[in-house]
Amino acid sequence: MAKKKQRFVLEFEKPIVNLEEKIAEMREYALASGLELEDDIKRLEKKASQLRKEIYANLSRWQRVQLARHPQRPYSLDYISRMCSYFEELHGDRRFADDKAIVSGLAKLEEFSIILIGQQKGKDTKENLYRNFGMPHPEGYRKAMRLMELAVKFNKPVVTLIDTPGAFPGIGAEERGQAEAIAYNLFRMARLPVPIINVIIGEGASGGALGIGVGDRILMTENSWYSVISPEGCAAILWRDASHAPEAAEAMKVTAPDLLKLKIIDEIIKEPEGGAHRDYDLAANVVKEAILKHLRELVKIPPKKLIEQRMEKFSKMGAWKE
Amino acid sequence: MDWFKRTKQTLKSVPKTELPDGLWVKCENCGEIIYKKELEKKLYVCPKCDFHFRITSKEYIRILFDEDSFKEINANLMTVDSLNFKDSKPYIDKYMATVKKTGMKEAVVTGTAKLEKHDVVAAIMDFKFLGGSMGSVVGEKVARAIDKALELKVPLLILSSSGGARMHEGILSLMQMAKTSAKLARLAENKIPYISILTNPTTGGTTASYAMLGDIILAEPDALIGFAGPRVIKQTIGQDLPPGFQRSEFVLEHGFLDMIVHRHQLKQRIAGILDFFAHKNPH
Ligand SMILES: [Zn+2]
Repeated sequence: MAKKKQRFVLEFEKPIVNLEEKIAEMREYALASGLELEDDIKRLEKKASQLRKEIYANLSRWQRVQLARHPQRPYSLDYISRMCSYFEELHGDRRFADDKAIVSGLAKLEEFSIILIGQQKGKDTKENLYRNFGMPHPEGYRKAMRLMELAVKFNKPVVTLIDTPGAFPGIGAEERGQAEAIAYNLFRMARLPVPIINVIIGEGASGGALGIGVGDRILMTENSWYSVISPEGCAAILWRDASHAPEAAEAMKVTAPDLLKLKIIDEIIKEPEGGAHRDYDLAANVVKEAILKHLRELVKIPPKKLIEQRMEKFSKMGAWKE
Repeated sequence: MDWFKRTKQTLKSVPKTELPDGLWVKCENCGEIIYKKELEKKLYVCPKCDFHFRITSKEYIRILFDEDSFKEINANLMTVDSLNFKDSKPYIDKYMATVKKTGMKEAVVTGTAKLEKHDVVAAIMDFKFLGGSMGSVVGEKVARAIDKALELKVPLLILSSSGGARMHEGILSLMQMAKTSAKLARLAENKIPYISILTNPTTGGTTASYAMLGDIILAEPDALIGFAGPRVIKQTIGQDLPPGFQRSEFVLEHGFLDMIVHRHQLKQRIAGILDFFAHKNPH
């Protein structure tokens, strides 16, 4: 888990951030001194833009994982507050507890009233303890399912925002059936008679992500990752050393372009230049437009056909020969 | 998910749960020296302490099904390494070496069979093939077995013995959980019974998909059953785990198993359940 700082700059972001700071300094200086520096500033801005393009066009898989975990990255609630004209959070699984690692509720997204479910991380240590670092317990998956049943009852599409380092591995989670909770969600979501759109907005770690990740469209923001296990987890087992995570990320092909190529996701959602953390409003707007585009298509499909197509979609996933 | 590590650990000493060649076998639990023929007759359960030895799919087929009734289907599905995955060596090399060593093509065997004269479709996982890990082929074979049960309208049995999803196929392995669960949902809509049998171990993505979705879920005694592996949990919470944690008895106590069944009674108890589902009430 990434440590929180006031201003967090990833190693490969540094040249860009340095240049941007320089430009800001020059602006200040120009203002204070009355000197005409506009030409120089413009030149530097052009250089910064080029540098951004260069760096972000050639990100390694591991660098994308780092962007997906950027402490300033927008989380579910940042998206929800910007995308939705109405959001009423509903709490609890009516069985055991209210899992703070999953937020869910009634939402309005332009012309649609939907059930919205998202995994939620915290912005600082205190929030993260409250949100359990975005790692749900079984009650989180069961809360999500309770809301999905509500969606079925009142014929509302479901949108899920996926961002988790994994389902929580703890004693209580096992006692209360983490595996059963996830399994049941996969089972039920596969045949839910309303449109489902899943959007991976950050980290998509294993069954913890898939537990709210079965749907008619799977979308992924540009710098998110999604795989069967975290790069660290994979490295700890196969390389016997978690510090080999960058190699594991490469080997497992965890990025959005990889998953598009493997025919797992339907669309990559573009992020603002430099990553979603550089412009929340723009990031949320692009995600919103992508969701709307697919919702408008999906609501036209009769439920029976929708379920058939969903079954077909998942049936095809994987690689084998015979 | 930690099958790789386990394999390496067991390599140091004599393989514990797998039966070494020779006439005599030492019980891993109580240390009793058992004559191999005797152990075979006892269905690989220690006559002294009831420890259930880990056995292969071949042995389960012999234990569960009527003689020569098992007919394998989709036997030729094989793995393709579409990620071009490589750690210390290429995944495809590791896979081919396992094929050679085990004489199997993947970590699950599927087929049609008879169990006390009941027609069934069965998927039997095998831990000795890369820790029973679930990749594309395991997922696809299980999915096709489910479809076969639907086509034939006969009950489905899946016996799990698996460390979870296979890392070497990344996201493709993960999606097998969704695929198999989706197929089971359709089977359930068609009211075909599904009996899930959990053996030691059943963890990770296998547990979080088809293993936990049975109409009836039964487990052998003292099997490790859970989502996260005990080592990961211990590391995360920084404290020791309670005795018996994630064992069959614990999982039963917490409400996620219907019953624990001794291997000697496995066939008979499943037959009873199949009888029950096949029975038509007078009306
Ligand atoms: Zn013994």
